[in-house]
Amino acid sequence: MDKTFNIIIAGVGGQGIITLLQVMDEAAFVEGFDIKSSELHGLSQRGGSVEAHIRFGKKVYSPMVSNGSADLILALEALEGLRESSKAGKQTKILVNEYFLPFLNSPAKEDIIKQLGETKKDFYLVSASKDCKEKLQNEIVCTLYLLGYAVVKKLLPLKKESVLRAIKNVIPEKYLDLNIKAFELGYGN
Amino acid sequence: MKKILLGNEAIVKAALAAGVQFVSGYPGCPSAEIGDIIGKVAKENGIYAEWSTNEKTGLEAGIGASFSGLKVLVNMKSFGINVCSDSLFPLAYTGTKGAMVIFVGDDPGCHSSAQSEQDSRGYAYLGKIPVLEPSDPQECYDFTMLGFEISEKFNVPVILRATTRVAHQRSPVNFGERKPGIRPIGEFIKNPRQFSTMPPRTMEMKNELLEKLEKVRQFAEKSKANKVSKRKNKTGIIASGISYLHVLEALETMGLDLPVLKLSFFYPFPKKIVANFIKDKKSILVAEELDPYLEKEITALAKDTNLKLNIFGKNVLPGTGELNSEKICVALSKITGKKFVNNKSPALNLPKRSARLCDGCPYWYIFPVLKRVAPDAIFGGDIGCNMIAGLPPHNMHDTLFSMGASLGISHGIKKSTNQKVISMMGDGTFFHSGIPALVNAVYNRSNPLVVVLDNRITAMTGHQVNPGMGKTLMGDIVEEVKIEDIAKACGVKNIKVLDPINAQDFEMAIKEFLVKDEVSIIICKRICALLARRQKNG
Ligand SMILES: Cc1ncc(C[n+]2csc(CCOP(=O)(O)OP(=O)(O)O)c2C)c(N)n1
Repeated sequence: MDKTFNIIIAGVGGQGIITLLQVMDEAAFVEGFDIKSSELHGLSQRGGSVEAHIRFGKKVYSPMVSNGSADLILALEALEGLRESSKAGKQTKILVNEYFLPFLNSPAKEDIIKQLGETKKDFYLVSASKDCKEKLQNEIVCTLYLLGYAVVKKLLPLKKESVLRAIKNVIPEKYLDLNIKAFELGYGN
Repeated sequence: MKKILLGNEAIVKAALAAGVQFVSGYPGCPSAEIGDIIGKVAKENGIYAEWSTNEKTGLEAGIGASFSGLKVLVNMKSFGINVCSDSLFPLAYTGTKGAMVIFVGDDPGCHSSAQSEQDSRGYAYLGKIPVLEPSDPQECYDFTMLGFEISEKFNVPVILRATTRVAHQRSPVNFGERKPGIRPIGEFIKNPRQFSTMPPRTMEMKNELLEKLEKVRQFAEKSKANKVSKRKNKTGIIASGISYLHVLEALETMGLDLPVLKLSFFYPFPKKIVANFIKDKKSILVAEELDPYLEKEITALAKDTNLKLNIFGKNVLPGTGELNSEKICVALSKITGKKFVNNKSPALNLPKRSARLCDGCPYWYIFPVLKRVAPDAIFGGDIGCNMIAGLPPHNMHDTLFSMGASLGISHGIKKSTNQKVISMMGDGTFFHSGIPALVNAVYNRSNPLVVVLDNRITAMTGHQVNPGMGKTLMGDIVEEVKIEDIAKACGVKNIKVLDPINAQDFEMAIKEFLVKDEVSIIICKRICALLARRQKNG
């Protein structure tokens, strides 16, 4: 891989963005890449829009993905996916969890999905939250499901084995099994 | 060892490896992880660690430890340095005994800060304290080490100043291990000549400090922490902190090959390095976030060393908000004439998703009731999850300043008007700086109503212990400091402690207290919902 790979994770504070970021960072580290990532804590974690950035490659300088240069936008929530889509470039693939957290004056889910489809980007809509809730009785691990999906569809240049190792390195013992299951569920989708 | 670390984790690793013995501070974003992590490993590593009640008591604890010969790390967010500055300035005069690094986390872009977009580097000038600026987690590690080294060598406190994008950046870091057998036991050897700033010693101390700073400057001139690239060009860039990384990125994007000077010592300013760098240049871009401190230093220096130098800085880069590589590209394009096409597609016009109270948050039982029962009241807002009362759908904050200010300002409004005034304050904030404001209101016979949002923890910053919880950072159980007892001792006559889920009690208390002639306080005690869930899940 010659070019630095750029990822933006978008979602709502409290959805587990930082854990997902840690797993992805670690997986890239396992593969021997240089990595820089950036995240936000505090007020933004209390249910507001949150975006995190990950960049990995031979040598990475800035931790921030510049406008138009994302290779993958991974959204844990539909409206946040749409919001981030304005930062997409020609090469950007957009992976969106079919999950909607409404708030006062937010648009309807159907409109959001429709607009996402109209972005003319390589766009994937996956029912990660729903599947995780049904099959694992836990929604928060939809993050790992989406990662599994992204790996199997080759939306990002990380190997399954590296991600599994990263999960083991990052996730506490107590939740390890659940997270691996979620990853496998997304991978098998 | 090499591992991916968060900037703040790297600082902890460095403090451990450097043999730190005493850690104090006050939580905030983006600094809180430092204390959080130290707290977990303190006992096993022979460290004393505390969350202090505020940054002033935190710094002062660190000063006592340093004077007793211990190696000290103090940590706080930007605004913390305002709170502790009264003791910070004399500390520069006395100097340290045990080495001391003070971490200050700024938050350009106000991602997790109300109040102001503070550039804490300015304190370097006011306090005359060396300031180091890391760009990434490896430098967080290296400069914490360097900070201890400088402090040890010159007996000065050293400020390590990082911004959100550095403190909350992750990347691979090489780090060392802690030596075994370190314990937090020192000895205070009396020496008022050093430790007491009584005049006329004060003036002597100032001169001694200025001499020390000159030595630190000479050290900085030779330090490898400042980096100069070998490239030759008439145009060059001087950058610091995160801006340095954005600059390298921008140069790559634009295919430009310009020399870059990275300044890691913000203060004292390494004049010679800069003079050397600018002497053969026609133009310089100074890439620094927020205030143009370096730009001013460089402008002054150029008057002596390169009169014709074109200095670009805040005329091509914004002084508000974060920088990024695109902004640097735009600036470079203006300076070099090289074309830069910004890939930006127009932002979609979508409604903003603001922070909100968590499901089950006790404040859901407080804000709507206050609004309904006292629709005409003026609401003094304060810091913490309380801030969410200022956002939709509540929109309740009539003022929002600094920790404890809801009450300080409410008192002033109360004294100036016949209006009803309610100050809302978290438990952490009450202990931090609410108490002096309460005493002031009682003493000066004011009558605002204070509603303490006692969710049994300092929540917003990531759930840190406070004196109301009966638990310390190191996990020791202590006596709970009761807010109602303090209020009583301050002379407050109208006090109610209640669970806000009992809406009727709460409503009656508000109605009763709003017409009182003295200060009243309602302590709404109900545990933070996140904390409750966490306790349940173990
Ligand atoms: C001087 C200063 N130090 C630290 C902070 C960071 N800070 C932001 S919110 C907050 C928590 C306040 O806790 P509490 O009053 O208990 O309110 P809660 O978040 O629990 O509602 C702190 C410490 C600040 N804004 N100012």
